[in-house]
Amino acid sequence: MWGFYFTELLHSLPFFLKGLWMTVAVSGLSLIAGTVIGFVCGILRASGNKILRYIIGAWVDLIRGTPFLVQIFIIFFILPSAGIELEAFPAAVIALTNLAASFICEIVAGGILAVPSGQREAATASGLSPYQQLRYIILPQAMRTILPPLVGQYVLLVKDSSVVSAIGVVDITRVGWLTVQRIPEGIMVFGLVGILYFVICYPLINLSNFLERRMAVVGTRL
Amino acid sequence: MLETFNFRVIWEYMPLYLQCFQATLWLSAVSLLGAILVGIIACAMRLSQTKTISRIAGIYIESIRSTPLLAQLYFFYFGLPSLGLMLPEWVTGVLALTLNSGAYYAEIIRAGIQAIPYGQIEAGISSGLSYFQRMRYIILPQALGMTIRPMLGQAIVLVKDSSLLSLISIAELTRAGQLLTSDRFMPVEGFLTTAAFYLIIYYMLKGFSAWSEKRLIFREAH
Repeated sequence: MWGFYFTELLHSLPFFLKGLWMTVAVSGLSLIAGTVIGFVCGILRASGNKILRYIIGAWVDLIRGTPFLVQIFIIFFILPSAGIELEAFPAAVIALTNLAASFICEIVAGGILAVPSGQREAATASGLSPYQQLRYIILPQAMRTILPPLVGQYVLLVKDSSVVSAIGVVDITRVGWLTVQRIPEGIMVFGLVGILYFVICYPLINLSNFLERRMAVVGTRL
Repeated sequence: MLETFNFRVIWEYMPLYLQCFQATLWLSAVSLLGAILVGIIACAMRLSQTKTISRIAGIYIESIRSTPLLAQLYFFYFGLPSLGLMLPEWVTGVLALTLNSGAYYAEIIRAGIQAIPYGQIEAGISSGLSYFQRMRYIILPQALGMTIRPMLGQAIVLVKDSSLLSLISIAELTRAGQLLTSDRFMPVEGFLTTAAFYLIIYYMLKGFSAWSEKRLIFREAH
């Protein structure tokens, strides 16, 4: 029986590759949008404005304190009742972008605050504008703290994207779920699903570890 | 959307929510205990001098970390029956959560142990402290101080991850929201109430984390 199911599984390989593409598309889009929004929010959060800091902090807490599955259900079911009809794919991208942005915001704010305040003072004393300070003094140094956890966050994002299968986006996990109804060999089917995720995540994890070592060598003292 | 918010339905379903809240709490608690145990064992194996043992733990940790929990959950849910092993859903769910978080705990514990400079252990030995005394007064206080925050962070992740168990029809908090959606078609009320319950757990654990940081952290360890 195993051999039979194995050939069946091989025949549905194109289906799995379509799912892989969907996973890459959903997480790729959210990764780009989430990084941009996350950086903006992180910079705002690290800035002096108290009200902004408070609002962003509350948003981050709300996202961190609730499961992604609940967030995606809220976005998928609640926006329509506010008159915004969404298909599963855009709903998934919005939910995942929101999640990514909130985590990246924290990473960026942490990185900026880790830059010694003397650097900013020196930049101000040299007559640099706030934009120039950020662009030439703060961010280049903060990137060293930001980069390793940022890549680690991308791994989490790819893995969290599996949850969008719950609203019917046909990603790798959903393909596995559909296939297992036809080929009742859960270990084989979800073994394959796992391998496909592994192919995306493992290099990213190694990249994150590499960056961490690399950035540690440069030294934290300035 | 909010002007039609129906508090009466929430009140009507409150017994269900409380029951599901309890289920989430104990499912998470059991998985948490299991995960810390698995984490300690996996960490000890990973640090073992014997290559084979270390490698087995390494494969376990890496494969868990590079695949999503949902795929692992389905792997057990659909895979164990195809091996002829029929387990109740909640056992499958706890098993998946335990093995998933166990890998992360192994890494957290390892980071804590390896962060203690070897000189401290040597100093303990030369001061004539016994193995137990060194553990009790030198290694554990520092290791605990350094790992308590990531440990509680992972506990928060575990509680949120337990929401995925609703997808294999275990009655917990997210499932309560789904029931309210399918029975009454009130997803707004359903999932916002679910989110509120998760936030209660989140803020409790977050508060505990902040408190323990003040109590336990050994500043020189940083």
